[in-house]
Amino acid sequence: MTTTTATATATASATAAVRFDGVSKQFKDGTVALTGADLTVRAGEFVAVVGPSGCGKSTLLRIASGLESVTDGAVQVDARNVGYVFQDATLLPWRSVRANVELLAELDGIPKAERKRRTAEAIELVGLTGFEKHLPHELSGGMKMRTSLARSLTLQPDVFLFDEPFGALDEITRERLNGELLKLFQARTFAGLFITHSVAEAVFLSTRVVVMSGRPGRIVADIAVPFDYPRDHDLRYTEAFGAVCGEVSHYLRSVS
Amino acid sequence: MTTTLAQSTDTAMPASTDAVGGTRRRAASGKSIGRRLRGLVPPAIVFGVIIGAWYFVSNVVLAPRLRYMLPEPHEIIRIGFMDSHNLSELMQALAVTTKVTFAGLGIAIVLGVGSGMLMTQAKWLEASLFPWAIILQTVPILALIPMISFWFGYGISSRILVCVLIAFFPIVSNTVFGLQSADRGMHELFSLHGANRFTRLWKLQLPAALPAIFAGFKVSAGLAVIGAIVGDLYFKQGVPGIGTLLSVYTSRLEGERLFAAILLSSLLGVAVFLLFGWLGNRAVGRWYNANRG
Ligand SMILES: Nc1ncnc2c1ncn2[C@@H]1O[C@H](COP(=O)(O)OP(=O)(O)OP(=O)(O)O)[C@@H](O)[C@H]1O
Ligand SMILES: [Mg+2]
Repeated sequence: MTTTTATATATASATAAVRFDGVSKQFKDGTVALTGADLTVRAGEFVAVVGPSGCGKSTLLRIASGLESVTDGAVQVDARNVGYVFQDATLLPWRSVRANVELLAELDGIPKAERKRRTAEAIELVGLTGFEKHLPHELSGGMKMRTSLARSLTLQPDVFLFDEPFGALDEITRERLNGELLKLFQARTFAGLFITHSVAEAVFLSTRVVVMSGRPGRIVADIAVPFDYPRDHDLRYTEAFGAVCGEVSHYLRSVS
Repeated sequence: MTTTLAQSTDTAMPASTDAVGGTRRRAASGKSIGRRLRGLVPPAIVFGVIIGAWYFVSNVVLAPRLRYMLPEPHEIIRIGFMDSHNLSELMQALAVTTKVTFAGLGIAIVLGVGSGMLMTQAKWLEASLFPWAIILQTVPILALIPMISFWFGYGISSRILVCVLIAFFPIVSNTVFGLQSADRGMHELFSLHGANRFTRLWKLQLPAALPAIFAGFKVSAGLAVIGAIVGDLYFKQGVPGIGTLLSVYTSRLEGERLFAAILLSSLLGVAVFLLFGWLGNRAVGRWYNANRG
């Protein structure tokens, strides 16, 4: 799938999975959410975006997904399949875990046998085996997020968009899911664009951390994260990790 | 892709927490049976008081020649229900009224859910149709009775029409409300995956609307019983319904049979209400009630 919004500029380099070119967004009510945002996520990269509340991070993702249009600039998403995980797990309350995981593949018209196979695989990947028949209200917040994640995994996305997926979870669950997401990132090669409020989460997960300014949002810093994958939980407590977090925090404070 | 990410220890925690929640819920509902039985005591006392007062009025307040106004309860049962001729007359009438109720309700359900689905297909459809549904609701049903007889005569079809008119609105309004209650995020997800109108309706809006739709059915079921009895009262051609008997017995000052008929029509109302409550619970109770905590 190649979504090109507004005036498409020249094709990006072959490895660019998501590319924002001078993207601006003004809502109908006059709110300017983004001004001239440039950002490229290459295949195999995992880019985290941090920024003050209301600076336009969600808008950026919604534009990438095609839910919002741009006022100016261009967005290019080069992927056969795009996965989305939002802060709210948005599960259908009347569907079991299995049926919820199956939903998107169903909407995309994937043949039944293949759909069932992918559903079972995705449920196993996120560690929900044994909970297939549970309804969403019978799940903890973390398990709902896993279900949401599994639902996107059935599409075998090559670009994955995350909008504060773990924001509503407690620290321990969040860290555990961070670890699992990283394993997923390695097992399946997708490009990730991950929005978060947590500096530690951003640094732990990503190859690059991008800092956005307050509204209207621009990209003010782009910090490479020098740690190799696989990353161990203990990385969080090393000095080098703390140094990168400190740098991100520094930029974040300067724009808030 | 054989990597299993969550190790068993990872899921063990949410799994066991969930199980604990499950047993706690079950324990709570087990306890509530005893509590529910105890809950029956106060209304039973009220029932006793009412029956006592009833006998008092029948025997002490009313002179014997006025006793038809409030016959003693056991007399109502003896004359109304134990007498086989009276009983069969009542039962036949009850069957007719029940049929009218369900026919009217059935038509109202089809029309109500259908037009509710139609209205949610486009803003302009809702804007142009829904006000008329409200106006239909505000027209007093009794004001329409002469016109109904004018058009459809005094038979069963007029009785059914009264039921339809009275039961229609709660179903339409609840259907419209329910279909619009689906989560915005879910709508976006469906949009992202190119879901068409039909898929969206079938897989998202309709299931989301079921709790509201069934709530509407429950209200309308009660109204349909009222409609059927009102219909019986005015459209007396053909087999008499319970409402027909109510007016016949009243005109003959047959208090016992009148009260027996009243009792049966109340039972019909309660039964229909319970039936639709049960159906609604069967349809959506598993996810809906639990979601509301
Ligand atoms: N549909 C809309 N119409 C008008 N204004 C909007 C709309 N959506 C978002 N905004 C505004 O655009 C700005 C950016 O919103 P956005 O949701 O992208 O912020 P965010 O960075 O994701 O914030 P947070 O960190 O709190 O999630 C906010 O000021 C918001 O109020
Ligand atoms: Mg946001």
